[in-house]
Amino acid sequence: MVTKVKIDPITRIEGHMAVEAVIDDGVVKEAKSAGTLFRGFEIILQGRDPRDANRLTQRICGVCPASHATASALCIDDAFGLTDKIPDNSKIIRYLILGSNFLQSHILHFYHLAALDYVDAVGALGDTAPFVPRYEGDYRVTGQENAELVNHYVRALDIRRKCQEMLAIFGGKMPHNVGIVPGGVTEKPTEDKITNFLWRLNEVRDFVDNTYIPDVIAVAKAYSDYFEIGKGCRRLLTYGGFDLPTGKLFKTGVVSPDLQLEPFAKENITEDVKHSWYADSSSGKNPAQSQTKPNPNKQRGYSFIKSPRYKGNVYELGPLARMVSNYVQGETITKELVDSVLGEFSAGVDALYSVLGRHAARALEAKFVADAMVDWLTSLKPDEPIIVDSEIPEHANGAGLTEAPRGSLGHWITIKDKKIDRYQVITPTAWNASPKDDKGRPGAVEQAIMGTKVKDKDNPFEIVRIVRAFDPCLACSVHLLDAKGSELGVFRVV
Amino acid sequence: MATKKYPVIWLQGAGCTGCSVSILNAVSPRIQNLLLDELVPGQQLNLLFHETIMAGQGERVIEVLKDTEKNRKDGYVLVVEGAIPTAENGIYGSIGKEDGKHLTILKSVQELGSNALLTLAIGTCAAFGGIPAAKPNPTGCKGVKEVFNENGISTPVVNLPGCPLHPDWFIGTISVVLFSGMQALDLDDLARPKLFYGQLIHENCPRRADFDKGKFAQELGDTGCLYNLGCKGHYTYADCPLRQWNNGLNWCVKAGSPCLGCVEPEFPDGTSPMYEKIAFQELTWSQK
Repeated sequence: MVTKVKIDPITRIEGHMAVEAVIDDGVVKEAKSAGTLFRGFEIILQGRDPRDANRLTQRICGVCPASHATASALCIDDAFGLTDKIPDNSKIIRYLILGSNFLQSHILHFYHLAALDYVDAVGALGDTAPFVPRYEGDYRVTGQENAELVNHYVRALDIRRKCQEMLAIFGGKMPHNVGIVPGGVTEKPTEDKITNFLWRLNEVRDFVDNTYIPDVIAVAKAYSDYFEIGKGCRRLLTYGGFDLPTGKLFKTGVVSPDLQLEPFAKENITEDVKHSWYADSSSGKNPAQSQTKPNPNKQRGYSFIKSPRYKGNVYELGPLARMVSNYVQGETITKELVDSVLGEFSAGVDALYSVLGRHAARALEAKFVADAMVDWLTSLKPDEPIIVDSEIPEHANGAGLTEAPRGSLGHWITIKDKKIDRYQVITPTAWNASPKDDKGRPGAVEQAIMGTKVKDKDNPFEIVRIVRAFDPCLACSVHLLDAKGSELGVFRVV
Repeated sequence: MATKKYPVIWLQGAGCTGCSVSILNAVSPRIQNLLLDELVPGQQLNLLFHETIMAGQGERVIEVLKDTEKNRKDGYVLVVEGAIPTAENGIYGSIGKEDGKHLTILKSVQELGSNALLTLAIGTCAAFGGIPAAKPNPTGCKGVKEVFNENGISTPVVNLPGCPLHPDWFIGTISVVLFSGMQALDLDDLARPKLFYGQLIHENCPRRADFDKGKFAQELGDTGCLYNLGCKGHYTYADCPLRQWNNGLNWCVKAGSPCLGCVEPEFPDGTSPMYEKIAFQELTWSQK
């Protein structure tokens, strides 16, 4: 029997999302993911002072604003000709801010967005909102172990708050920091701030090592079938990021299904729109040549997310992509971390392409970033500069590529007459939650859902567990609609 | 005595979830106290609906909205985060499906707003439209009060703007209501509680002495008053300099950044360019 399962809204993600799955004989044959809110950020940015993009684009997303602050600062630095002049202190402080955002986002994701699919909060706290209503019938952790995980849900609220406090030490406030600006940062790295940051970081590291990672492993042991569920497209992409004076923490990589590494060039990014609410004439082109014309009434369309593709292929972005990219490039700490967890389950790298693999990659990445941050922090030089002076160029192009908690993030700017002529953002969730492309190939999340056995269509745990493992951020991915249906103009990758 | 519980419906419109994340940063009480404990003796909130944290999804959570609206008239608090897209009858923002059709943010804010005891518009988007309503306002975004006024909805609205709002402004406002009743909220002409939005940033700024002495920063990173770098503290009403952010650690001007004026209805159009000086004499009437 063929049935359609519609989950709208998908909760415990950032933003407004819906998923539809066509189930035939208990197996998902077709899946559609869609965003249901549109704001039009790029339209709003047109004609403004280029420096303001750094403030405004953070407001695309309140969960990962530091990622947009970083990408836009890199983008504007590029357009202003500052990239080679950014002081070491500024680079370090920017990435301490971004790293703090990673930690808060990853911890929030596992405990407060994903865990309620696995942990029985009602069993521990009672039959109370916001823990009911919920799907019923597959909570496998019980008794003391369950109570402990629920305690950690509560404790993680404190730890993620401390990550925000770390961020505010150099960023001024969070959400929406003021510290990252074109040309550098605004907050000096005095010794008291370094110590203050360090001890919060140490508390977070202790939690990641002794609570977060063990909890992911505990959940994985109770739900080990989820190493087999949600495989996805198996192609991984990362722009690379945390470009510190000592080198990149995350190595740039395009990883094929058989773990072969290919070089990355941003010119190979194209965007299909056949199944998005945009005019077909702009489809399949490199963004440098494409015209984007929204067409909200297109019958075939089912999402305002476009379908970014790399060399025409579907790719998955995010912690899994970053950890595997580092792994296949022989980065030693990554390799040790990944191998130790795989060893726990006597599993090979294949197991990573799964719901649990994504959670494990995210947890290990939290440790990888948190530990590295100690070294960055202690290499700050209190007396050295934090910013370079800059002037808005008459005409310029710029690109800023970095890593956000959910995957690779790119900002592109064109400046004309000292104003923003065009601004374009491609977010990781746009890649992951994209609709079918022109060749009819579903996006990464859709592929991960397809083929899944759904035990109970009234409580389709499998689908929501797969979707949430990607940590989708919808506010990030559907910001580019022009609701009036007018042209968005030419989008250039430079 | 039994605990009195106030049901809360938290709707997210055209926004970024930043205000919810900011509430998670509350220190005393912490978010877990807000969710699970009596906030003040004998009284607590009961968060029935919040898309980012609630366990459920799909139809079952939309039923929670319908049930609350129908069966708890004048017995619940509506919190709105994010602006309301109103263009083309609200088609640009949906929070779920109702009878197979999109349930727009516009429709749900109207329906839930009509029957609520009180509505809190949190963040500048919900209060005044904010960034989604910035020129050219592609989706026709508006603040809650404007939508209520246009539709004859008389439920009182308290505006708690900020991009995001400070968690204390939310918890403090709830505290006034629980301890002393809604009538005790002393609001300014923009419906903001004077308790938090009653003083200019400029009055309490630690760089005020620099301003008075004429010592002005010329570049970001300099010491001195940030007026020439676009600081909007001279017309922005909020207690940031006294309260500070994230456990009282820091705030924009202390971190070397001009105040963006993010709690004001003119944000962001009237406060841009953000790094350019807007002199006292250039302020528009509404800003004064």
